[in-house]
Amino acid sequence: MKTKKIMNSPEFAEAVAEDMLESRSFWADARKRFFKNRMAVVSMSLLFCLALFAIFGHQFSKWTYEEIDWSILGKVKTHGQPSIENGHYFGVDELGRDLYARVVQGSRVSLLVGFVSGILAVMIGASMGAIAGYYGGRIDQVIMGAYNITLSIPYIIFFVVWQAFFGRSLEQMIMVLVIVNWTAGLLIVRGQVQTLKNREFVDAARMLGLSDFKIIFKHILPNMLWVITIYMSIVIPEMIMMESLVSFLGVGIQEPNTSWGALISEGAKTMTFGTIWQLAFPAACFVIAQVSLYYIGDGLRDALDPKERA
Amino acid sequence: MLSVQDLSIRFRTGEGHVHAVNNVSFDIAAGQKLALVGESGSGKSQIALSILGLLANNAETSGRIDFNGADLLSIPLRQLNKIRAKEIGIIFQDPMTSLNPYMTVERQLGEVLELHEGLRGSAARARVLEVMDAVQIPDAKNRLKSYPHEFSGGMRQRIVIAMALLLRPKLILADEPTTALDVTVQAQIMRLLDDIQQEYKTSILLITHDLGVVAGFCDETLVLYGGRVMERAATKDIFALPTHPYTRGLMRAVPNIHEPHAKLTAIPGQPPNQTQPLTACPFAARCQDAVMDCHSSLPDLTQSAPMRACLRPLEELT
Repeated sequence: MKTKKIMNSPEFAEAVAEDMLESRSFWADARKRFFKNRMAVVSMSLLFCLALFAIFGHQFSKWTYEEIDWSILGKVKTHGQPSIENGHYFGVDELGRDLYARVVQGSRVSLLVGFVSGILAVMIGASMGAIAGYYGGRIDQVIMGAYNITLSIPYIIFFVVWQAFFGRSLEQMIMVLVIVNWTAGLLIVRGQVQTLKNREFVDAARMLGLSDFKIIFKHILPNMLWVITIYMSIVIPEMIMMESLVSFLGVGIQEPNTSWGALISEGAKTMTFGTIWQLAFPAACFVIAQVSLYYIGDGLRDALDPKERA
Repeated sequence: MLSVQDLSIRFRTGEGHVHAVNNVSFDIAAGQKLALVGESGSGKSQIALSILGLLANNAETSGRIDFNGADLLSIPLRQLNKIRAKEIGIIFQDPMTSLNPYMTVERQLGEVLELHEGLRGSAARARVLEVMDAVQIPDAKNRLKSYPHEFSGGMRQRIVIAMALLLRPKLILADEPTTALDVTVQAQIMRLLDDIQQEYKTSILLITHDLGVVAGFCDETLVLYGGRVMERAATKDIFALPTHPYTRGLMRAVPNIHEPHAKLTAIPGQPPNQTQPLTACPFAARCQDAVMDCHSSLPDLTQSAPMRACLRPLEELT
């Protein structure tokens, strides 16, 4: 209902009738509930702004992220603070590079890595979970074995070894994050499939002669898309966090390319010299992204949980 | 048309085998309505699932299920896929779980047509509307895009029936079609099935535990207990004069509208333990007419009326 009206007014009756007439699909319902959640909507717009900043931010900077401003190098503490006049909106970093351009670049890398590897990891994990849950038996044992082995690998060591072998490019970063996290969502999807596959509509589909592939992807997975969506909203910030952590430790993205974690790490090293802006800007972006991603995840959870359905 | 011969089904479990169905034979002629009646665990649903090839993975079967010349238990899956759905339709028990909650009615019914007849678009929609009219869903045209949760239970079961009818099968298996519905809706659905049977000239195998559902509907009734056929007779004879102690026990447990104050008697004891192969009448332990022999020998179903599997002659029963 758009407005609160008196229950016996004709407008109210009309609104109710309209409400009942439009056939509401699950996703239409969910969208409605999501947009009623104020924190989720605010977070969504914040994240949207951050994405715009990452995509179009370079248009407004006078420097590229790898150029060194030789006029400031060496006097960063006195001349390197944020200023509109010389074009260093966020100041410069320890090597005299424009921090604004570097934060834009860092946001690009971190968001890209987070979303791409998060979505890929959940897709792989969910497919594996669906296969394990649907077939059971030997296939299930093999997948669960691989799952347990993956859990027991200390991922930071894996990162270091992987990047020593294959280099430290963006693609390698995404790949290694997906490899370490391919189990994301596996267990929850497996469990869901195990309950769903015994429903009669799956029997009915089998009886119709649908292939296993079609049954899994057309009948079972749509029934748990909400679980996968929620899981993705948890995994993406986790990926950003993990990327930042390894970058902070110095095994992340290769210089001069950068990410939030690398920027925060550099900023933290020079914090005591009074150049606090070097830490503050990347940290602010990171916090905004994490907090809004968590609130969006929360909103999705409330909107998509079928038990909430009226 | 359908002839089940000597069908046995057992399940491998951690504690050995469970013998769910033991040497059951029956047949259905074209246009016939046969009821399989039995309590929980009597194997009636497993018989339906075995006809459709939907038994659980740990099931072992023996015997034959002959459908117009093909043995459904042994033919390859590809041929089975052609027969089931196209020639055998099923109506599941619970319309809440037998429809995919995330697909509109039109897509769900249309999928069947697309898969088996290659129909799409408006041709498919016309057929879907036709069966939805046949199962008397009001305003079918505007409800095509609705999801299952937007229908009431009775309407949902009508959609399940429509789905079973879509390919005009020769045989419809109705596995407890009214158990999940309330009594007034039950009556409507049974009447609908009756109308449809006359219109489409299909055979119906009705599986139920509810004698009341059978009464006005089926030509013949097969009473199952412990995975064995206890008695087979025309439905009116079963109600008039049950010839097996188990059936008699069932009748005494059903309230009679003409004798509102009559005492209802339950059958004492528990359903049988099915982990051992049958060596004696499964009902012997609960039977008030049982004699010594009943606990050691396994009577077969007599082949002429009254068809019954009981050692004691009819005249000696209480």
